[in-house]
Amino acid sequence: MKIEMRDIYKAFGQNKVLEGVDFDLEPGEVHALMGENGAGKSTLMNILTGLHKQDKGTVKINGVETVFKNSLEAERSGLAFIRQELNIWPEMTVLENLFIGRELTNAFGVLKTKEMQKIASDIFKTLNISLPFDKEAGFCSVGEQQMIEIAKALMTDAEVIIMDEPTAALTDREIEKLFEIMKELTAKGVSLVYISHRMEEIFAICDRITVMRDGKTVDTTPIPETSFEEVVKKMVGRELEDRFPHREAKPGETVLEIKELSRKGVFNYVNMSVRRGEILGVAGLMGAGRTEIMRALFGVDQADSGEVFIEGKKVSIRQPIDAVKHGLAFITENRKDEGLILDFSVRENIGLPNLGSFAPNGIVKANEEKQFVEMMVKRLSVKTASPETIIGNLSGGNQQKVVIAKWIGTSPKVLIMDEPTRGIDVGAKREIYELMNELTERGLAIIMVSSELPEVLGMSDRILVIHEGKIAGELGRQEATQEKIMALATGGN
Amino acid sequence: MGTQGKLNDGSTSIWQKFGPLFALLLLFIVIAALNPSFLEPLNIMNLLRQTSINALIAFGMTFIILTGGIDLSVGSILALSSALMAGMMVSGMDPILAILVGVLLGTLMGVLNGLLITKGKMAPFIATLATMTIYRGLTLVYTEGKPVTGLGDSELFQMLGRGYFFGIPVPVVIMIIAFFVLWFLLHKMSFGRKTYAIGGNEKSSRISGIKVDRVKIMIYGIAGTMAALAGAILTSRLNSAQPTAGQAYEMDAIAAVVLGGTSLSGGKGRLFGTLIGVLIIGTLNNGLNLLGVSSFYQQVVKGVVIIVAVLLDRKKS
Ligand SMILES: Nc1ncnc2c1ncn2[C@@H]1O[C@H](COP(=O)(O)OP(=O)(O)OP(=O)(O)O)[C@@H](O)[C@H]1O
Ligand SMILES: [Mg+2]
Repeated sequence: MKIEMRDIYKAFGQNKVLEGVDFDLEPGEVHALMGENGAGKSTLMNILTGLHKQDKGTVKINGVETVFKNSLEAERSGLAFIRQELNIWPEMTVLENLFIGRELTNAFGVLKTKEMQKIASDIFKTLNISLPFDKEAGFCSVGEQQMIEIAKALMTDAEVIIMDEPTAALTDREIEKLFEIMKELTAKGVSLVYISHRMEEIFAICDRITVMRDGKTVDTTPIPETSFEEVVKKMVGRELEDRFPHREAKPGETVLEIKELSRKGVFNYVNMSVRRGEILGVAGLMGAGRTEIMRALFGVDQADSGEVFIEGKKVSIRQPIDAVKHGLAFITENRKDEGLILDFSVRENIGLPNLGSFAPNGIVKANEEKQFVEMMVKRLSVKTASPETIIGNLSGGNQQKVVIAKWIGTSPKVLIMDEPTRGIDVGAKREIYELMNELTERGLAIIMVSSELPEVLGMSDRILVIHEGKIAGELGRQEATQEKIMALATGGN
Repeated sequence: MGTQGKLNDGSTSIWQKFGPLFALLLLFIVIAALNPSFLEPLNIMNLLRQTSINALIAFGMTFIILTGGIDLSVGSILALSSALMAGMMVSGMDPILAILVGVLLGTLMGVLNGLLITKGKMAPFIATLATMTIYRGLTLVYTEGKPVTGLGDSELFQMLGRGYFFGIPVPVVIMIIAFFVLWFLLHKMSFGRKTYAIGGNEKSSRISGIKVDRVKIMIYGIAGTMAALAGAILTSRLNSAQPTAGQAYEMDAIAAVVLGGTSLSGGKGRLFGTLIGVLIIGTLNNGLNLLGVSSFYQQVVKGVVIIVAVLLDRKKS
């Protein structure tokens, strides 16, 4: 399928999002779409697949001008879209999610479960994932939910598959598998649009790249003719310094210590500690239990046994509020379900965990709140029309920045970050790393769970590798390499 | 890099903000045109006084609906607390003290709802459906199904339902005070922010360190308090406690909240909207009576108005 988008314009109210974008897709190519957070990438793809309608401009498919009335029509015409914000029905099972809206039934409308299970297990085999079909999707990790979405798209026999940050929550192992499948698909003539902020991936898998900036196309180039630096320069309009800021750690005394923390079937006898001013990286494969350990530590889930010490004192954390009281903060991996209140404005979201300081006697000090929010919006360069904008209308990366902003203000002692830069562009990532440096200099301890190995290597003072719910090993900043981490993560040594 | 201009985020359309107010004005104009005596001060005062009981209940209900919950038991709380107050007065307790204790008992009944919903992990609909019949049943047991009369002639107590304050009926004054207190709580205090947050996304709220259970229990407690306060006014007005008082009042309260633009799925809505919603229902009741519409038809009209209002509200998106 050949797609030509010409001179596309789109505004939401007064907010001009696209101002003359051109984009082409050839059969059998992998076409990267890059740009800063809020550049308009997702919006462009939403227009292509009928969710939004452009104000101006044309879309031609195989030479014929086409307007899809809705996403379903686009899907039926062979365009599959793996969205950045996952569309999971949390109360339904994995299998039900895979077939939602296109269940297989017999003549009487009775579900053909066996057949669906067969198709699903085939697709899971190709993707090399093992997820029980009857598990409630809401209990799956973000990475697993992402795999469900990928599987869903692959089941449609689409001619065009758009992937909006498919790998943001995946670890190297799944990404490798995904790339293999992508190659098989393109060999069959399927075209792929690949949106990602992970540079290495773009250069590993894509044929051409289109860079967008402020709602306009900068240009389209074949991958072999360009470089990291050039792409970044086109994206942000200036040269960028190194991806990771210089980091000099001066770890102080231990603030948090976990002893023999266990949760049956999820993780066992986990011991870890983190010091003031230290960044502890936590690596591991998808499903290794990294997120689950953090959730239990923060009181979102209950651990079966184990002890937690803060500043040497044993504490009991049974629900998140206990954790907050003891000076913990938790940036969750799932911003949509657990990080944000989508109907709230940017201000209200950032204000929420900080109400204690803005409303010491229950009355919200609107001015103080406003000032603080404006400062954080600036500090993290959140691209929003105003602090009063409803957060659901922000681009994915900008929503993520708000999740980070809301916890910084609580002045925690230990900040737990689960996939903190998920969906954040290269420029903004560096700003977040700098912020992490600044926070640790002030004595904060950070536990950073991340699937992005360069980030783990670039920022951690110490790295814990988790394998199947156990700590497989610990690596110092100097000795750690990608290979050593992967070896531990896969159960070797 | 910055974004220019103001963004219309579509969160509050003109209708959402002023629609219910327009509807109320329209209703006023139509009824006044059909029967000018509708606008006489005496009638307006009457209308407001008739409205005040539903208003108090609906204010409390707004908080509950904002969290995505519902309270079907408010009518029964009204009846039970009214019966208990009256009983205490009959047995010789100081009337004002009896009212205070009665209102407090209403708070407790609400708190019990909250406990069932949070600690008992019951759906609000089920929990309050059960307590609705329990509280009603207790009322019938306590009163033996008969009105409680002989409440004495304390002037302060009589004032509550029948008195005037600078020409304004006391129930209306209470309604106005309650409105401002609860408006402040909802829109200016962190408690209100937490209320909206819970309705918007309970999981996120919990992880943000909000004591979700405690906030909910307090909200159901507030609703119970408001229902009992309405009960006190009614008791004074009738100079007796009726075992069947407050039946189906929860429906009028829910209708008012919804008419005022609050979403039943929680997270969105305003207390001012509820005030307008209450006035719309009150105006309909009063106006249709004035126009001599039979009470059978009145019910039909009320239902139609709710459907039209909700349809208009839908249209904005
Ligand atoms: N439904 C909407 N209503 C209002 N504004 C919107 C809406 N959807 C997107 N926007 C705005 O359009 C701009 C572009 O958003 P878009 O999601 O396309 O960015 P993106 O390039 O995908 O960014 P990211 O890398 O963060 O995912 C943002 O400023 C966003 O606030
Ligand atoms: Mg996007």
